[in-house]
Amino acid sequence: MVQYMTDRLDASFAALSDATRRGVLEQLGRAEASISELAGAFHMTLTGMKKHVGVLEQAGLVTTQKIGRVRTCRLGLRGLEEEAAWIDGRRQIWNARFDALDEVVAALTRKEIADGRQSE
Amino acid sequence: MGDRASSGRTAVERRSERELVVTRTFDAPVRLVFDAWTRPELFKLWWAPKSSGVPLLSCEMDVRTGGGYRIAFGHDASNAMAFFGKYLEVSPPSRLVWTNDEGDEGAVTTVTFEDQDGKTRLVLQELYPTKEALDASFVGMEDCYPEQFEQLDELLVTLGARV
Repeated sequence: MVQYMTDRLDASFAALSDATRRGVLEQLGRAEASISELAGAFHMTLTGMKKHVGVLEQAGLVTTQKIGRVRTCRLGLRGLEEEAAWIDGRRQIWNARFDALDEVVAALTRKEIADGRQSE
Repeated sequence: MGDRASSGRTAVERRSERELVVTRTFDAPVRLVFDAWTRPELFKLWWAPKSSGVPLLSCEMDVRTGGGYRIAFGHDASNAMAFFGKYLEVSPPSRLVWTNDEGDEGAVTTVTFEDQDGKTRLVLQELYPTKEALDASFVGMEDCYPEQFEQLDELLVTLGARV
């Protein structure tokens, strides 16, 4: 998890190290926008803006959806929360299972101790 | 028994895109914990805890390298859900490796049992063939998993009397 989280944070910080990309996040915080709208707002070529959005998307900070010929971008900050919920769901399953296993091995241990006493 | 509700004792980590690792320490020797994983009559007492709401119908395990296993869950045979695969490695009492063959992209599960001053540190690793397979794993199972850990008590009292 530590390595995985570190990779995620590296990607996030790399994405945030650029002024244009921070501006894009600010813009998307107000309203979703297409790539060409963002390119226009930041006086960039479509190709240049696509690259920036790609970096933000890789970091999970932005999600995009293509409808027809238009790719719409919006904030994707829920990524980390979803991940936490995903892990928590699995932790609950394994924890319940291992609580039950704990009791089985505890019962086996008690039985061994009792058997040991009997044979003394 | 007091801190059963505390869930901090089971650590779950997504160690990489394709890998989930579950760790817990049990207060019993490795030999006994290994038994609980490899003797079907013990295994079926805990693998489907009562709180899962889905009873374990049957459990067949041929625990040796190359041997198969098949576990069925459900309320009756007509709606049973089967999980099956084969053991790739059985090294008593320290290591078990098996496949999960019920789906197209099943994980390979590796469980290791390590002695720590008479206790057992257990590490379970699931390695999936793709990131997507791990993302989607267990989906649906959470839905039938109400948080009714108290129900366990009843089972465990019975169990303690029986084992």
